[in-house]
Amino acid sequence: MARYSVGDKVKVRAAFPPTPPTHVRTPHYIRGCVGTIERICGEFGNPEELAFGRRYGPKSMLYRVRFRQADVWSGYDGAAEDHIEIEIYEFWLEPAERENAA
Amino acid sequence: MSGPSDTHDHGHHHDHHHDHDHLHPYDPDHHHPHRPDQDDTMTYYKVMETAVRQLLIEKGLITAEQVHRQIEHMDARTPANGARIVARAWVDPDYKKRLIESPKQAIAEIGHDIGPMHLIVLENTPEVHNVVVCTLCSCYPRWILGLPPDWYKSRAYRSRVVREPRTVLREFGTEIAENREVRVHDSTADMRYFVLPMRPEGTEGMSEDELAAMVGRDAMIGVVEAGAGGAGQLAAE
Repeated sequence: MARYSVGDKVKVRAAFPPTPPTHVRTPHYIRGCVGTIERICGEFGNPEELAFGRRYGPKSMLYRVRFRQADVWSGYDGAAEDHIEIEIYEFWLEPAERENAA
Repeated sequence: MSGPSDTHDHGHHHDHHHDHDHLHPYDPDHHHPHRPDQDDTMTYYKVMETAVRQLLIEKGLITAEQVHRQIEHMDARTPANGARIVARAWVDPDYKKRLIESPKQAIAEIGHDIGPMHLIVLENTPEVHNVVVCTLCSCYPRWILGLPPDWYKSRAYRSRVVREPRTVLREFGTEIAENREVRVHDSTADMRYFVLPMRPEGTEGMSEDELAAMVGRDAMIGVVEAGAGGAGQLAAE
């Protein structure tokens, strides 16, 4: 079951697990940013486990999350309506109902 | 370096002029400054690949011929496959709708199996221009576009197109109007992305084949518009 629905505001966890040996598919630049669920992609194996051959753990729901570029980069010099969309696994997201424009 | 037959870039200037058609007779004193061979270093992963492949063949799980056929099959995938999909979507609005709603089935209709790939088709519109990157590595819709270009895998493209997409697009010769959204798609996990460019103006009478010829690889990555040619180069390369 998906914890979040399309349109929900979410915040990417501002976590920085040691690298290596982890295999994290959440880019550094997006951690801590607040965005909106664009679509639910379905459940997929967790790459942070798969990378080490652990294939039978629980799957994770994957989302595409939409961010305003101006919220991601300070001093973004493009248009105000420019966006970036990224796939993020559920365990990297937190609800962000009232903390928009972080 | 000059002359119409000179299509090589040796990365430096020769101190003597000669034809580069490589038809000159063998001359032991004539040396091209070749880049060193790279097949003499067995890296960890090369050794691993060879060992695993040989074991699989020895144990009868696969054959050398199957490996060879699979490589041929991979090499046969080219951006022309994607161009046919785009052209069909341009001439057939119902097809375009199916392509966006269920890409796997729609692409199968014109004879391509995208295998296990989860594809998202991004339609460019007068309001939105889409561009694709994989900041973490080089994820790319190989099942329809073949191998990614070198610049797509470069650190310069991967780090810059997320942060200053309009500047990078400009370096490809693509100017996006200020009131048109630039939407970057970072291919970080299990989805792959394919840009459906806008049909160029003045192409109303063209056949599907003629239209497909206008769609270059770079238009399906989103760094140029369709019809703008496919030979974009990243200035920072």
